[in-house]
Amino acid sequence: MPRRYLAIWLPYLATDRLIKIDPDLKDKPFVLAATEKGRMVIKASSPKAMQEGIAVGKVLADARAIMPALQEFDYEPEVLSSVLEALAEWCMRFSPIAAVDGTDGIILDVSGCPHLWGGEEPYLQAITARMAQGGYHIKAAIADTIGTAWAVARYSAEPAIVEIGKHSEALTVLPPEALRLESAVVQRMQKLGFRTIGQFMNMPKSTLRRRFGDSLIQRLGQALGSHPEILKPVCPIEPYLERLVCLEPICTATGIEIALRHLLEQLCKRLEQEGKGIRTAVFKGYRIDGNVQQISIGTSRASGSERHLFRLFELKIATIEPALGIELFVLEAPLVEELGDLQDKLWDTKGDQSKVAELLDNIAGKVGMQAIHRYLPAEQHWPERSIIETGSLDQMPATPWPQDKWRPLHLLEKPEPIDVMVPLPDYPPILFTHKGKVFNLTKADGPERIEQEWWAADGQPRDYYRVEDAKGARYWLFRAGHYADGDVQWFLHGFFA
Amino acid sequence: MLGLDKKDIVRELREQLLAIQGFKRSVIGQDVPDFGLNAMAPAFPFGVLPLGAVHEFISPTSACATAANGFVAGLLSTLMTNDMSCLWVSTKRSLFPAGLTYFGIQPHRIVFIDVRTDREALWVMEQALKCNALVAVVAELGELSFAQSQRLQLAVEDSKVTGFLHRKRPRRENTLACVSRWKIRPIASHTAGNMPGVGIPVWEVRLEKIRNGKPGTWYFGWKDGAFISIKPQDATVIKVPKIERYA
Repeated sequence: MPRRYLAIWLPYLATDRLIKIDPDLKDKPFVLAATEKGRMVIKASSPKAMQEGIAVGKVLADARAIMPALQEFDYEPEVLSSVLEALAEWCMRFSPIAAVDGTDGIILDVSGCPHLWGGEEPYLQAITARMAQGGYHIKAAIADTIGTAWAVARYSAEPAIVEIGKHSEALTVLPPEALRLESAVVQRMQKLGFRTIGQFMNMPKSTLRRRFGDSLIQRLGQALGSHPEILKPVCPIEPYLERLVCLEPICTATGIEIALRHLLEQLCKRLEQEGKGIRTAVFKGYRIDGNVQQISIGTSRASGSERHLFRLFELKIATIEPALGIELFVLEAPLVEELGDLQDKLWDTKGDQSKVAELLDNIAGKVGMQAIHRYLPAEQHWPERSIIETGSLDQMPATPWPQDKWRPLHLLEKPEPIDVMVPLPDYPPILFTHKGKVFNLTKADGPERIEQEWWAADGQPRDYYRVEDAKGARYWLFRAGHYADGDVQWFLHGFFA
Repeated sequence: MLGLDKKDIVRELREQLLAIQGFKRSVIGQDVPDFGLNAMAPAFPFGVLPLGAVHEFISPTSACATAANGFVAGLLSTLMTNDMSCLWVSTKRSLFPAGLTYFGIQPHRIVFIDVRTDREALWVMEQALKCNALVAVVAELGELSFAQSQRLQLAVEDSKVTGFLHRKRPRRENTLACVSRWKIRPIASHTAGNMPGVGIPVWEVRLEKIRNGKPGTWYFGWKDGAFISIKPQDATVIKVPKIERYA
């Protein structure tokens, strides 16, 4: 999946924050200033003040000369950085990976998120609208790389979504400062007449490096996606992983069991605090000869029970070959789920249903998950398609099981062809031959015509007959096709109790 | 008076014997569901189908196997009325879940375990019988030895789960540590007023062996979600349907 990044620029972060505290300031020009080299320099300027031409970086005294009514507040960078961090954490509602970017931006890794909002455009609109509701002016852009998203958010008037693979085109028209360069490099570029990135983007790297240094190559590469760039999320996603380093190599089953118990205890403690349970877990042993031995388990529902998980692993410990010894054990849970109250929905009626789940996990560990089946009704008449398998233990039927039609207790996986004797077309058969044996029929019911669902499959309809032979055994036979179309074929499909 | 005393003493002794053999009144006495098998009550110890035990069913043909599964489904429908779940273990399963609705069972309440060998089926059954959150475990398999059946019996003694061991075409009908041995055979169905067509299923229920009970043969049908007892003279007659001819 291609990576997608969203860059948010908060150009008026400092003043927006003050307006949120004191709404009266909203339509007034004001600035935030701090001492720099013995004079007060403007660090942030409200939108109203910006309109009057009071730009960031001006000396406060000059600004006062232009506008005597200008209000002035202290600029507190620490407070702003904490505000920005809080905002980034709040942004985790849109994407799990959110990072603070400099002093006035937030970067989100939105790969795989926008479809939940119905596409990138509604996604971006949602973020912009929520931020505006909160009183922050923002500009945001989505692109393939962090560098391009950053550049487009700040320097482009174009639509803020850069299509997949179009990032280099989007960059060509932007000025060089959009590459997050140092001011000295930018100045040199302006001196040399580079107005847009497109002018030097395709120049040989050695030339660029000689004149502008390594940082330009790196920044350009990051914007184009050829250099890696790492986000530092505000809430890093910690993998569910525990390690145990052994002083001496372990080569006995008892030793492995002790290590496993130890790791399970640590992992389960952490999971318990977070209210989560394990769905799959991998236990790895790193041997001193470099080989890695591993066993894995899966559970049918999230489990945080040490005892149960250990029992699942226990069945497989014998497959670990310690050889000369294992020096490092790692227990990882790649898939964890919430241990919610939801779990007991189906099975909470009577009896301890977590016990059933544990039993099924045990069975899955021994004979495999593919052996366990549970069925729900499907809204189809065709017998083979009238039930649908479900992988979940908690899923309940969406529709009740049909009661009106009498279905056989045993159904052959594939209908088996039979030879029949029928007195008259459309009459039930009076005898049939299956695998060389003749069955004389005494009673019959039917036919019940079942058509192929035209949207699901093409084919002949089936006319089903419920018949009973002279010994009392009851069968489900059907005729595929119409007599009018020529050849018809008869099949045995099931047995009634 | 002496005779009455003797009877009491004998009954008491018999109950003590049953208790020693694992049939505690507390187990079977409490809320025993009504299976509708009253006609065969004299066959059972204390007059009720022993629960918390393993019952063996033997089916020589696939028609008999279907009938036995039908009979077991009839028992399960009573056992599962309290919404507890059931495990159905089988090798080569041909049971069609939707067919269970006829016996008043919600098929999604049953978890099917399809294994390849009898050994695996027995392992799963033993594990399942130890789990007292289940109400019953059905296993369809072929062969098993006396020792293996003992393990099953040991498992149910603690958990009080009922097991149904359904043996299809066993090579030998060897003795097992099961509480009973049943053979179910389908016989001609019944229709109201001898109308043409296939009627309600009717089975010949042969109880070949029952611990502390009396074996015998009975006839049962399944009608409107319950067993109905059929008189032997009705059951043995295979009714020839009226042949109707249309112009």
